[in-house]
Formats: sequence, C-alpha cells, structure tokens
Amino acid sequence: MIENSAELLEKSLTLPLTHLVNLERPLSLQDYITAGGYVGAKKALHELSPKEVLDIVSDSNLKGRGGAGFPTGMKWSCVPMFEEADENAPKYKYLVCNADEMEPGTFKDRMLLEGVPHQLVEAMIISAFTIGANRAYIFLRGEYHLSAKRLQKAIDEAYADNWLGENIQDTNFMLDLYVHTSAGRYICGEETALINALEGKRANPRAKPPFPQVSGLFGKPTVVNNVETLSNIPHIIKHGAQWFKDLSPNSDAGTKIYAACGRVKNPGLWELPMGVTIRELLYTHAGGMQDGLNLKGLLPGGASTDFLLPEHLDTPMDYDSIGKAGSRLGTGGLIVLDDKNCPVAMVLNLLKFFAQESCGWCTPCRDGTPWAVELLSRIEQGQGKMEDLDSLADLCDFMWLGKTHCALAPGAVEPLKSALRYFKEDFEQHIEQGCCSYSSAEKGNGHGAATGKDDDSKDENCEDIRCEDIGNGGHAHG
Amino acid sequence: MQIIKTVTPDYRDYLSAEEVAEIEHEVSIMETRESAGIEALKVVQSYRDWISDDSLNAIAQLLAISPAQLEGVATFYNLIYRQPVGRFVIHICDSISCHLNDYQSVLTAIKNHLKIDYGQTTTDGMFTLLSNVCLGGCDKAPVMMIGENHYQQLTAEKAIAILNGLRQDPEQATANIEVEHD
Repeated sequence: MIENSAELLEKSLTLPLTHLVNLERPLSLQDYITAGGYVGAKKALHELSPKEVLDIVSDSNLKGRGGAGFPTGMKWSCVPMFEEADENAPKYKYLVCNADEMEPGTFKDRMLLEGVPHQLVEAMIISAFTIGANRAYIFLRGEYHLSAKRLQKAIDEAYADNWLGENIQDTNFMLDLYVHTSAGRYICGEETALINALEGKRANPRAKPPFPQVSGLFGKPTVVNNVETLSNIPHIIKHGAQWFKDLSPNSDAGTKIYAACGRVKNPGLWELPMGVTIRELLYTHAGGMQDGLNLKGLLPGGASTDFLLPEHLDTPMDYDSIGKAGSRLGTGGLIVLDDKNCPVAMVLNLLKFFAQESCGWCTPCRDGTPWAVELLSRIEQGQGKMEDLDSLADLCDFMWLGKTHCALAPGAVEPLKSALRYFKEDFEQHIEQGCCSYSSAEKGNGHGAATGKDDDSKDENCEDIRCEDIGNGGHAHG
Repeated sequence: MQIIKTVTPDYRDYLSAEEVAEIEHEVSIMETRESAGIEALKVVQSYRDWISDDSLNAIAQLLAISPAQLEGVATFYNLIYRQPVGRFVIHICDSISCHLNDYQSVLTAIKNHLKIDYGQTTTDGMFTLLSNVCLGGCDKAPVMMIGENHYQQLTAEKAIAILNGLRQDPEQATANIEVEHD
C-alpha cells in the first residue's frame, strides 16, 4: 500500500500533512513507521532538549490552524518549565488537542483524525515533551465516532510499542494520552470552555488572564492546540524550520488544508502552500461554480468570518492578506454563496447557529444573537422595516470584541456586519417588496418548494416569501 | 450510637455493575470525580437510551456532585437526551453548507414520511427527529447522522430509503461502522 519510496519522499516534503492520509484504511503503527513516521518523535526524544524543540517550532513561524492564527512557539513558550527536583513543580502539566471541530463549513481536522491518526499521536508526544506535559487529552467532538475509534486504536498501538506510557523509547519521558469525546456543543472549541468541559463543568468560557499556559486544566499549566496545528509538528522536527518556511512563498509558513463547500462543482479539501489565492482555490481546485450559478460572495474561513466578494478573488489565503481584505483566514474553508441562494437567508442560518450555541454567560451574546435572529427572520419573511437594519448595525456594535465574554458573539458579528454592508440592496429589497426575491423558480433546485406548508402566506408579488423553513430548530433536550 | 436510616436511594440499587465500572474507568483517567460527568452521562445513555431524572440522580451520587450541577452539564449538550427517544435518533445537519445545498427538502420529506416534527418520536418508537449543528460533511452536503453513522449527499428519496432500510433491518445501523484498519 506504500508507494515507491522516491515518490513518497517527494510527497512528504510537499504535502506533509496529507501524504499519508488514507480514509479507507489508515496506516497501522508499523506501516506508519515504514512510511517515515515517528522519525520526528525519535529525533525530539533522543537528540533534542525541550528547549531546542521549542526553538525549532518558534523559528518555523507555525501559527495556530484552529482559527485564531496565534504563533504556536509563542504559546508554548509561556508554559513554566521546572527542574526535575523542583519542589514547586506541579504534579502534572497538560497538553490538550482541540479536536472539537464544529465551526460550520469546516471539516479539515476530520480528514486528519480519520485518515492518519498516528500523525496526531506522534505530534502530541513531541509537543508534550516540549512543554513538559505528562498527561494529554484529545478533546474530540462527539459526532466523530469513526475518528474516536481510529484514534483509540492508534493510541493502543502506541502504548503497546512504548511510544506512550512510562520511559518512552528508553528515555525518562512519560506520557499518558486519552481520548475525551464531547457531546455536541460549539463553545467547547473555545480553549477555556474546553478546559471547563474537561473538568466536568458546564462549558462556559473562563476570563483571561490567567492564561491556560499558566493555570489551565485543574489549575495546572495547559496548552490547547488544534489538530492541524499539532499535525505539523512531526514534520517540522523531521525536516527543520527552514524547510517549513520554504513551503510557502509568503510571510506565513507551511502548508494549509484548504476547503471549499457550497454549490461549487467539486467541493473538498486540499493541502496547498499557505497563501494560494481564493481564485486558485475556488476555480482550479473546487472547479468553480456549479452550472448556471454565479459567485455572489464567500466566507473565507468558516462561519465566523466576514464575507468577501468576487473582487477579492486574487487575495492570497494567508493571515495577513485576508486580514487586509477585511476578513479572517479562520480555518481556511471557503463557504461559497451563489447568486441563486438568498444572502439574507444565509446570514439568518448563520445567526441561528450562533444563537443556539451561545453559552448564555454574557448578556450581549445571550440576548444579542437571538435578537439578531428575530430581526433577520422578520426581514426574510417580508415583515422587516428599514429601522431593523439600524438595529442590526447597533447589535454588531454591542456584540463586538471587548463587550463580550469570549469570541463567539464577535464571530457572529463578522458575517452579519459584512453582509449588511455588501448585500445591502438585498436586505432593502426584502423590506421594500415585503418578500424574498430569491423565489423557488429562480433557485432551480426546488429549495423554495420545501416550505410547502407556508403556502398560505404567499404574497401576490412574490413566488415564495420564504427562503427557509423558519419553524425548524426544536430540540428534545433541555 | 443510633444509626439513622435514610430513604435516599443508593446509586448501587439503580446503576448496573457494568455502568459503574465504565464510569469508574473514566474517573480514573481524570483528576477529579466530577470531571467524568459527561462521560458518565454517555455511559448510562448507551445502556438506557436517554437520561431520566433517576439516572441523573444516581450518576450525581456516584460522582459525589449535586444533581443540579450534573443537570447543568447534561442540558448543555446536544447529544445527551433528557427525554425518551426512539430507537434511532435522526440528527439532521442544519448548518450553512447543508443550508446552501437545500437540506430543507430532505428535512421536509423526512417530516412528511415519518409524520413527526423536530423533537418528536414516531408512534412505533423507531425514530426521533432532531437537528444538529455542522456535522463536518460540508463537501458532501446535505448530511445526517443516525446513531454512529453519517449519511451524506442526501436527497429526499435517498433519506427515505435509508429510513425504510433501518425500519426493515434495524441491526444494519450497528453493522455499518467498523474500524477498518487491521
């Protein structure tokens, strides 16, 4: 199943994260080692000190791939280090892998978890060694059942082969690694909420400072890193910081797993050098828009990023460039809006998500997101007023950074605020005409017909006054 | 000394030995008993399909935390059921990629076929219908999850065929998911 070695080596140097991905049948420990795995871990444990590993990671310019883009080396460098005999040393430090991938439109980590679980195990060994952690958890979203099984299998193999447990590979380093499966709540992806969830508490985010690196899980130093971030580590240690920087032609180092979804011809995932343009991603890799559809806008990195427009197509998909264009790289997954899908309905769908997933801790988010849903629903149903647009703009201010407990509400603001700006005409048209102009006939996919039960509410001037089944979203729980 | 008899139920009278053993394993890999809360709820739910008040009280007693604290955890999560559910819980993804790819027509077809709305269970106790946030199958939208299986690239017809298949052969749902690598 392993291709010839020259081809494999070439791929390992250009597609480090995905060259060993096999979604049908992920590599066993032995096959992973045969393919060049655990070389980075061996090098770190046998040839390097934790400080030297940290320096290599810092030099590599690796930035967090979970959405925030914080430099990984800097995050790790905040963890207090202790001499072995130091009485003040805590019993444990913790490394936690954030595999709670729940950002709508994001599905990259799933490929790494299902396709090459040993890569993550190796990454966590090296990373835990670097920060001096002896216990590590993979915080996995509950819906990824296949990932849980494959990770546990990989961990069991690693224990059996002395890559986990006591005296790993005849060194003094010991590490226990556990999979914790969550039960479905977006806010658990926020690192301090994740820590509360692991502690068995209701998963509200914590106030910072103290930062988790100093006082995290059970009050001990804790580092939380995303799956894709960690998966880079074995390759950086194996091939060096300079190799990693050279992977990308611009200021951001490495490769990135980009994605595209929505009504494009070929939705999917691609590992590409950091900084490909949106145009290349959308048209070369995702095959462009489906027949009969035109690009209206897109979210460049998941649900909590600002819309960009066709005029931004030549923007490189790196942290700085997307930032300058007015959005965020986020998770690097394009969510593509076509011209037959209603932008108001799209924003309503996004805000419903944030309203449902708000933990309820702070007022701007708990009350702001549902009110945005109410106002957007009125507009979408043709009952909106022009003042509602001002109210929505005010909400964008009330829910912005610095006024909320965590980044969830500001994440909701990003698509809302940019949509109000870029798709203003669509909002105004809904209000002026008292209906949604994206009728079922125009959508070309029977979309509007799905809301057949709303036939009574049809407006004379409109084919179909709703884009979406407003009455959805019930839950049996709570 | 007088021994005071209490009428508070003991968790050992309620939880099975298997349930207690599995929960204690989860406790053993954490620092505190309370941190096994969500895992404990999932363990009991795997045996009993949902978390009744009695289950909740028993788990809270086992973990030495208040039922109110555990309730705060249980109700926080989408996949902990605090009401009885059917044999199969259908989780329809209603997030953005599925929205753009017309999950509504799949949802409407399922509602009409099963004659239930969100939060309801069919009269034969086979299916409960719930929504789910993004299931991470955005390139193959629309998607739904039933048990441990994810079904992708759904159409109304395909979704109904899946439900009919489960009704005819309920065992197939558990047979589908296996660890493929050796």
